Parts: sequence; structure tokens; C-alpha cells
Amino acid sequence: MTSARIFAVGGLMSYRALFYWLTPMIYIPSLVVAPIFQILLMAYIGRSAGLASDEFYVVGNAIQYAAVPCLFAMMQLVGGEKFQNTLSAILVSPAPRLPLFFGRAVPVVLNGAFVAAFSLAMGSLILGVEIPAESIPALALVILVAAFSCTGLGLINAALALRIRESAVLSNVFFGFLLIFTGANVPLSDLPGWMRTISDYIPFTHAIEAARDLVDGASASSVLDLVGVELVIGGAYLVVGYALLRFFENQGRRHATLERT
Amino acid sequence: MSALRLLAFGWYFQFKTISRSPFEGLFQIIYPLFFATVAFLMFRAGDDPKTLLYASLGSAVMGMWSATSTTAGGAMQRERWHGTLEALVASPPHFALILLPITLAMSTIGIYCLVATLVFGRFVFGIELTVEHPLAFGLSIVGTVLSFGALGFLFAVSFVRFRAAWALGNLFEYPVWLIGGFLVPLVLLPDWVRPISWVLAPTWGMNAIRESSLGGNPWPDLALALALGGAYVSVGVLALDRVLGAARKRAALSLT
Repeated sequence: MTSARIFAVGGLMSYRALFYWLTPMIYIPSLVVAPIFQILLMAYIGRSAGLASDEFYVVGNAIQYAAVPCLFAMMQLVGGEKFQNTLSAILVSPAPRLPLFFGRAVPVVLNGAFVAAFSLAMGSLILGVEIPAESIPALALVILVAAFSCTGLGLINAALALRIRESAVLSNVFFGFLLIFTGANVPLSDLPGWMRTISDYIPFTHAIEAARDLVDGASASSVLDLVGVELVIGGAYLVVGYALLRFFENQGRRHATLERT
Repeated sequence: MSALRLLAFGWYFQFKTISRSPFEGLFQIIYPLFFATVAFLMFRAGDDPKTLLYASLGSAVMGMWSATSTTAGGAMQRERWHGTLEALVASPPHFALILLPITLAMSTIGIYCLVATLVFGRFVFGIELTVEHPLAFGLSIVGTVLSFGALGFLFAVSFVRFRAAWALGNLFEYPVWLIGGFLVPLVLLPDWVRPISWVLAPTWGMNAIRESSLGGNPWPDLALALALGGAYVSVGVLALDRVLGAARKRAALSLT
């Protein structure tokens, strides 16, 4: 019962307290307007380069932009404790770590999915991309899985925030890698071989492919394998992130460096 | 003379400070390379790979703008957080002479971005940079840095009442990349967008750099970029007087 409370109530409270981008003055410019301009920018560069259709960029960038809320929120939800001087109090408590950290990830996943879905809707409206009505439930699922997958990477980012001072820089670097390697803007077939290999093992690649298939009219059952792979990738990143969190917690205790910023 | 000295020393001091900041210095050089890589890959895979030089110059100036927009919006806010704003405002010189070097230093970091992107394009993507008019190219870069710094100054003054000024500065990164014609020819944009791009100095700075590199006439573009930069500073100074006057009346200068 205590674990369930820590997971649900603790997760939500931490999210509201530590993810300071929730204020409208930051949320609207950073998570509502910026993704729309990223979609427009890439779609117009795509037109200029004569590479792919608007639909390609709308879907790719809407989903890829979920990286911003997922990476930055996870980083703030763990690394933020350090800057608030509350990290020691949390880590000295007997609270089980799994619900403590994973409970914080749930609101992050939901917000990431919202940002991606809203960007997809707005981008489609502005650029006149048609999304078949029957694909919307499956698209919603794909977006949710994509946000989950990137939150796994976010947990790794959060663990590193325990050790690295410039965690905002690291979040942006992860965002940049996802921009290049996921096929959001360059078809995977046009990427060099070594980049294509990496893209198979990072969040978003399979979700973006699945979402593009759905917008093209494919059935939900035909993209289940892609969604499954995305889910497995997300799960793997979560496990690695959790292991890293425990490792850095242990290191912090040993070397008395938990509070070092 | 003392005003020029203050501008020069302020710029040098701020430039050294920013250069040593991981976020405002090193990161502002690395981050645009991600977008440059995407642009290079897109243009290389597109209809006409010959446009890579066009993309290389555009990406380089994108980096220059990033270095300014993401940090300049919060320039005044940063002094407030450091607790130095009151002392700077109370000092005898006009506050514009203190704020302008800060945003100019931020835009000067953009030269690192420009060089890094061009070198990256040359050695990773094999994009040969041809500069038809080297002197004009150099002057265009300096003029573009000045006009970016002036626009950053206007941002810093305009956003001072917003607690999260940095978020507003960030917000202007993509739109200026798009409507400044860095990677997208303006003719591809809707007609109603063009007047907006005309009043943006980055549009003319980009044109000047491109024209001087590819062999056109960069001087009218450079003159327009500098003229617009001068206009931004003038408007910024007027706004600054009002903002500081209001803050003094309400004793709100140090409020975050």
C-alpha cells in the first residue's frame, strides 16, 4: 500500500514540485509553440531540399519533440532534488526505490504524449496533412509508447544528472542525437549504414515508422511489431536508467558527494 | 570616448565570461551542429546535392542566431539573479552601455558556431567553402554579429518583465531560422511572411554572407542589416528608459 502511495501520490507531487516548466510562461513557448515551429521549419527545409512530403516531417517531428518534455522533466525530477537540497532526505528514507523513481516517470510519459499529440494535430492542420479518423486510436497508442520509450532514456539522463553539473546541456545533446538518428527528418534509407544501425536501438525510430504507416492508412495490426520493438527498447532504457540511478546513489553515499552541485 | 571604452571593455569582459560557461559557450557551439547535420543530410539526399554549400552557409548562420537568441532574452534577468542589476543600473553610465556589450558578446560567440559549422561541413560532409569576396565576407560576418547583438539587446529589454525570459528567447530560435531564409528560400514561404522577414536583420545578414561567398553584391544587404541593428538599439534604449523608470517607481527592479 505504501509503495502504491509513493508511486502514485509521490510521483505526482514530485512532478508538480520539481518540473518547473509547468508554469504557462515556460510551458506554452517551450512545449506548445516551439514544436509547431520545428515541424514548420523541417517541412519547409524538406520542400527546399525536395526530399520528402510534409506528412513525413509532421509525423516525425511531432513524435521526436516528445523528447523535450521527457528528457528535461526526468532530469529535473531527480537532479532537481539536488538543487533543492532535498536529495539526501529522500535517499536516506526507507522508501522503496522502484516506486519512488518510476512513479515520477508516469506523469512525464503522459505529458510527453500530450505534447506529441498536440504537435501532430496542429502540424497536420497547418500543413494540410490528412490523418485517417480510423487511425487515431492506434496513433494515440503509438505516441504513448514513444513517450514511454523516451522516458526510459530520460531516466538515464536523470541518473547522470546526479553526477553531472550541466544536465541541461546533456538533455539537449540527447535531443540533438534523436533529431538526427531517429529518421524524423531524413529517411532511414538515406542515412549511412552505421547511423542506421544506431537508429535501431534508440527511442522513437520504430514509433515514428509505425505512426507514418498509420497516417498512410495501414491497419493497427500491421504496426504491432514496430510498437512491440519500441516498447522493448523503452523497457531496456528504463532498466539501465534505474540501475544507473542506484549506482550513482551508492557512489554518492560512499564518496559523500550526493549534494555536490 | 568613454562610452566607446565602456562598450569595448564590457564586450571583452563579457565575452571572456561567456566563453568559459559550459552552457553559453561550449554548448552553443555544439548544439547547432546537430541541426547542421540534419540539414546536410537532408540536402545531400534531396533533389540537388549541389545546394550543400547553400545549406552550409545557412546552418552556420543558424548557429550564430542560436548563440544570441537563447541567451540574450535572459541577459537582464541574469544580472538580476546574480544580484548585480541594481548596482549596474545605479552606476553613472547609461544602462544601455552596460547591457549592449553583454548581448554583443553573446552574438560574438556565434562566430565560433559559424567556424565550427563550416569546418564540420568541410571535413565530415566534404563541402568546399568558396569565398568570392573575402573582405566583404569578413565584413558581412562582423555586420551580422553586430545586428544579431542589437536584436538580442531589444529582446533583453523587451522580456525583462517575464520571469522566464529565457523561454521567450528560445521561442524565437526556430521562427527566425525559418523566416530569415537561412535554409529555406523566402519565395517558398507564404506572401504574408515576407514583410516580417524584411524587418529582421538576420535576413539581411544571411543574404550578405551568402552573396559575398557566392559572388553577388553583399553591400545593400549588409547596409540594411546594420541599419536595422541601429533601429533595434534605438528602440531598445527608449524601452529601457521606460522599463527602468517604472521599476524604480515601483521598487520592483530586483524582483524575480
